[in-house]
Amino acid sequence: MAIDENTVRRVAHLARLALPEARVAPMAAELNGILAWIEQLNEVDIEGVAPMTSAVATPLPMREDVVTEGGDARKVLANAPKSEDGFFVVPKVVE
Amino acid sequence: MTEANLDVRSARKDQLVPGATGDWEIIVGLEVHAQVASNAKLFSGASTAFGAEPNANVSLVDAAMPGMLPVINRRCVEQAVRTGLGLNAKINTWSRFDRKNYFYPDLPQGYQISQYKDPIVGEGEIPVETDDGETITVRIERIHLEQDAGKSIHDLSPTETFVDLNRAGVALMEIVSRPDIRSGKEASAYLTKLRAIVRALGTCDGNMDEGSMRADVNVSVRKPGTPFGTRCEIKNVNSMRFVAQAVDYEARRQIAVLEDGGVIKQETRLFNATTGETRALRSKEDAPDYRYFPDPDLLPLELDPKWIEEIRATLPELPDAKRTRFMGAYGLSAYDAGVSAGDLETAVFFETVAQGRDAKLAANWLTQELFGALNKRELALADSPVSAAQLGGLIDLIASGDINGKIAKDVFARMLDSGEDAAVIVEREGLRQVTDTGAIEKAIDDLIAANPDKVAEAKEKPKMFGWWVGQTMKATGGKANPAVVNDLLKQKLGVA
Repeated sequence: MAIDENTVRRVAHLARLALPEARVAPMAAELNGILAWIEQLNEVDIEGVAPMTSAVATPLPMREDVVTEGGDARKVLANAPKSEDGFFVVPKVVE
Repeated sequence: MTEANLDVRSARKDQLVPGATGDWEIIVGLEVHAQVASNAKLFSGASTAFGAEPNANVSLVDAAMPGMLPVINRRCVEQAVRTGLGLNAKINTWSRFDRKNYFYPDLPQGYQISQYKDPIVGEGEIPVETDDGETITVRIERIHLEQDAGKSIHDLSPTETFVDLNRAGVALMEIVSRPDIRSGKEASAYLTKLRAIVRALGTCDGNMDEGSMRADVNVSVRKPGTPFGTRCEIKNVNSMRFVAQAVDYEARRQIAVLEDGGVIKQETRLFNATTGETRALRSKEDAPDYRYFPDPDLLPLELDPKWIEEIRATLPELPDAKRTRFMGAYGLSAYDAGVSAGDLETAVFFETVAQGRDAKLAANWLTQELFGALNKRELALADSPVSAAQLGGLIDLIASGDINGKIAKDVFARMLDSGEDAAVIVEREGLRQVTDTGAIEKAIDDLIAANPDKVAEAKEKPKMFGWWVGQTMKATGGKANPAVVNDLLKQKLGVA
């Protein structure tokens, strides 16, 4: 699987990364190198092997339906660049 | 799913929409988001309570602080299974959570934890009774569990958006139907039935005003017998009426475009409740690319079949079973049973009134008198000024012969105004039915003495008998037992 420059621009946009135009071609080359390296895994014969979904053979832990957290908006907002009246405040996201 | 498997229903003739080029058939499928009834959120221990102060019900997991990990709420899993069982659906003992990636300020993780390829509930189906008296089958494609997002408020500042994460992380069930619905009315009937089922199951409160249930409505049109057309998705419709309106408007819009020689573009649209119209939000070309992948923070969700059976054993009686029972045990008509059993609150109210009383009388008073009065006052059953026990008390007075049907209606009107017991009103106002033949006889004798001409007429014209009944009732203040009045009049007037 080869990554072209348009794909790099698209992935950068989806990840909200500002990628200078000069970096697009080198980034495509780097990503293609990484993918080629990972594609070596295709050489392994996995016929009849179930996909591994986790490295730990343990059931999904569950919590009881009890309220144990919350009730402290100040703590939640502590790292926010801006907050007001208990709300996070961000630049306007609609016109 | 092949097209043939998807396309299993044809609209009735009267459901087709006539156009300039012939009749059109409407095809509808619904994706309903139902908030899971739980105390805590899907993956955190923060409260799900509605109406809290901004960001009060937010844990560090919901706010996506670095290093915070999701731990699934067992109750939410149980509720999804319960819902699946209630919709006669297959429960998948192996399901998985995926990340649906997109950026929005009310989604602090940068992804929503959802279920993409392997949902917890698979195919099911429910019967839906429509307004037209037809029962249709709507197939369920799947139900998956996912997180709700927070709330963005855009109108508090001209340059900023305010974000409240109280809803962020609350568990939702997305219930996806097959495109088996053929009109706006059917869409609304389906949503009504779904709501009744989840409310009976206790898995969602169904409170549409608070956003506990909302629907994305997929609409397309076609000429009957041809393949499905391109569909548009109308987002976040939040009432039964709006769903029907949105379908009808959208179908007319698509037909107009097609008959004008245009093509339907697959797009997401918004419904405007004020105008009843839909407008384009985004087209498929700029549809977001969600890049789903399995959430590495969560192991697959494996369900013990024993647990599923335990949940099945605790399923309550569902609306359909209840309706059948009401018809059998109480002898109600299909219509009365449907109305009385349709909603959990109504069913409890009805059974409280019917207990030990004439059930048909109870159903009549509930569905006609009480519902009529509540509709007029725009009140919900929960806010009824007359309780089930009080309505029962009124019916007892009718059954014992203490009041007749006409007086009962007057007493009921007063109960609605004052919230008093029927017996209190009857006692105070002296409305007890007169069964004392002496008093009634005296009233009749007085009338005969005053109207000798009418006595003769009564013998010739059977219609005159009604006049005599009316006059006697009037003379006794409407309190006379009508059966006794009839008998006595027949004797005294000498008519058969």
